[in-house]
Amino acid sequence: MSGRLRWRKFVSGFMLAMTGVCALVTVSVLFFVLGDLVVHGGTSINWNFFTKLPAPVGETGGGMANAIVGSAKLLLLASLIGVPIGFLGGVYLAEFSGSTAAFIVRYAGDLLNGVPSIVIGIFAYAMLVLPFKHFSTIAGSFALGLMMVPIILRSTEEFLNGVPRALREGSMALGASKWKTIQAVVIPAAYRGILTAILLAFARVAGETAPLLFTALGNRYWSHGWNEPTASLPVVIYTYALSPYDDWHRQAWAAGLVLLGLILVINIVARAILSRGISVPRS
Amino acid sequence: MHASVRQAVPVNITPPAPTSASRETPAPAELRMSISKVNFWYGSKQTLFDVSLGFATNKVTALIGPSGCGKSTLLRTLNRMHETIRNARLEGEILLDGNNILAQDVTQLRRRVGMVFQRPNPFPKSIFENVAYGLRINGSKLPIAEAVEKSLRHAALWDEVKDQLHKSAYELSGGQQQRLCIARALAVEPEVLLLDEPCSALDPISTAKIEELLVQLKDLCTIVTVTHNMQQAARISDFTAFLLIGQLIEFSPTPHLFTTPSDPRTEAYITGRFG
Amino acid sequence: MTPSAGPIVGSRSFLSRLREGDEIAHLITFLFAASVVLVTLLLVFVLWQQSVLPRHKFGFAFFFTRVWDPISEDFGALPFIYGTIVTTVVALLISVPLGLGAAIFLAELAPQRISDTLQFFIDLLAAVPSVIYGLLGIFIVVPLMRTVIEPALKDTLGFLPFFQGPAYGVGFLTAGIVLAIMIVPYIISVSREILLAVPREQREAALALGSTRWESTWKVVIPFARTGIMGSIFLAMARALGETMAVAMVIGNTPTISASLFSPGYSIAAVIANEFTEATGDLYLQALVELGLVLFILTFILNGVARLLIVLTTQKGSRTAQV
Repeated sequence: MSGRLRWRKFVSGFMLAMTGVCALVTVSVLFFVLGDLVVHGGTSINWNFFTKLPAPVGETGGGMANAIVGSAKLLLLASLIGVPIGFLGGVYLAEFSGSTAAFIVRYAGDLLNGVPSIVIGIFAYAMLVLPFKHFSTIAGSFALGLMMVPIILRSTEEFLNGVPRALREGSMALGASKWKTIQAVVIPAAYRGILTAILLAFARVAGETAPLLFTALGNRYWSHGWNEPTASLPVVIYTYALSPYDDWHRQAWAAGLVLLGLILVINIVARAILSRGISVPRS
Repeated sequence: MHASVRQAVPVNITPPAPTSASRETPAPAELRMSISKVNFWYGSKQTLFDVSLGFATNKVTALIGPSGCGKSTLLRTLNRMHETIRNARLEGEILLDGNNILAQDVTQLRRRVGMVFQRPNPFPKSIFENVAYGLRINGSKLPIAEAVEKSLRHAALWDEVKDQLHKSAYELSGGQQQRLCIARALAVEPEVLLLDEPCSALDPISTAKIEELLVQLKDLCTIVTVTHNMQQAARISDFTAFLLIGQLIEFSPTPHLFTTPSDPRTEAYITGRFG
Repeated sequence: MTPSAGPIVGSRSFLSRLREGDEIAHLITFLFAASVVLVTLLLVFVLWQQSVLPRHKFGFAFFFTRVWDPISEDFGALPFIYGTIVTTVVALLISVPLGLGAAIFLAELAPQRISDTLQFFIDLLAAVPSVIYGLLGIFIVVPLMRTVIEPALKDTLGFLPFFQGPAYGVGFLTAGIVLAIMIVPYIISVSREILLAVPREQREAALALGSTRWESTWKVVIPFARTGIMGSIFLAMARALGETMAVAMVIGNTPTISASLFSPGYSIAAVIANEFTEATGDLYLQALVELGLVLFILTFILNGVARLLIVLTTQKGSRTAQV
């Protein structure tokens, strides 16, 4: 073997090994992140964490009950906003729209998807905080819900379009109206993909902090109803991490672990639902 | 199809009168490549059974047979391209100039045994760079521009592209692209050129041009071509091997195989009774 | 389904009921879909309208002024634009080789199941929220940068202006590194798909000419896919631009323009996050909104170009195959 060939083969082996290193490094970051959260935050997860309000500054023993409940409220309302719009919009795109309308709606959805979350926060602020002159859970939910829409919209359309013609035609040949067909046959056939998208959208906004910074703001106490500012897990993590108090740092780690744990579990479940196989049985 | 084959065989070729001498397949000394007792598996499914064959130096050997008979698989073992498929397994001996290619460095082997594929697959580069590719990575004795011109001339493409060497290869027609691929393969001066149904994606005029080319290229290298077009095999090849379900049924000089085949299955295939 | 000759009234109302159900559904779904378009238009309008004061006062000079002084109400976006660009460039310099390398491994080398498993983990990585990266950034990366990496860089490459100055730990470099980790999954996912879509015959042609595997990947497959890979890079850039929390937590939050990567700085998204609720006065607030508008326009362009490039690649693959 000539020297030149030997060199070429060496380069080939070396570079290909390096690509493997790149893949390994990237994937290991995930475990690094999880590991750090467990190590630094695991011990701080206790009953107090889930049930107590934050203690006065400098004191230990507080918890994140209000942030947990706050996040839950925000996400619930966000889903009530984002899921119907995304889902029904997707139904429109897949089942009713003409091609121009479809193009416009899809384009708007893609545009919305690309908007940085902080800009969504500015928008929500201008719509729901400025006119009423106070921060609120509603404003925060609006921002988060808006972020859910494009994900659900695109996936709903995709999965509805994936339902075979034969299924629709079978239903309509039996005399069912178009809407009845969609309701009783098409949507159930596509539900896995749509559910996955809803879960993934939920997980995505569960971790969002920026849009909440000037909509829901934050709250050291319980937030009552929907019109008051509220604490949320991501914002508390942010605030506590930047604070000078060790106890708060520990709580930030713990909150990070809880938040990431929740998000990862939802992601894994969502993908498992999807990969469970095709919703429509092969004939 | 059946009727036209019956007619075409005596019309399109004029075989020499069969003599006992010309019934012979080439002697071992005249073989550039030979394979011996080759068995091949895709996973657990065996697709080649004990195939032994010799490829005469500076001659054209055609591999024919119905689809699925293993002719393309066989061709791909000759430059070890089967190794790009994960579950492929080969047993047996494949010799190039008497040396077992399975024991050699594969990169070097593929420079000596070139391949042209069924559909033209030029790189997303200029015409010049396509031909120069092999020269750039393997090194070239001649200056690259000279070597490129030489190859394009051998591929009967030079006159058509000499003023547009910098243009993208994708601007050429299908037939021209395939000749470009031939030029690209020829640039590294292989001893053997393998062609896997090189004309199946082309129109009749391009096909005719390439068939003419292959006959001329014999002088440069040994040619092995897979084809499902029997008239093509009859027109251009010196030797023909007929495969059926992974087995070599018959191998003889082309005129013999097409006029007086020894095996009834060969006769059935070439007269169009199946395939 | 022809109505029978019998009770015409009955069949008409049956048909019209059918039609009504469909029409109501059509209308309702249309309204929801239209609301998406409406909201998007409203968003652009609001960004424009709510930034009117600084746009009129400063005009285009806004983009070239270094000063950001809320007290004298003089606002210039340059430090934030600079910080956003620098951190994005640093992030790309790290994430593109890393991401492309990993994508090559997943698309060309790894067996199907390993490739899919690793891709699964990479998708999970993309799901990690920004604030968590920020958390790790503050407590793990920043000390590491301050005590180990930045001093090491100063010792070896300190003759370059990029690696001079005190090592605070926070700053452009740290933010760029954290950003790199955050955008790598996007480069990998998109590039992997694109590489997998390169026709087999291209690789085979290269190998048949005696290329090594690396040569066939680097000299043939990647050039074939280069448009799509550019698309993935633009996509990653768009995401990097919008990343707020992690950057805000490790960039240092000082509106400085400095050649040194060790220097603390600021990004557009970070300053909006930090100062929006503190902004006193309409001009201040609207200056921040104008920054948001800038961010919107930049990501809009980058995303648009990215999508175009990716579409072009998938078309090319099918075009050459049609020969």
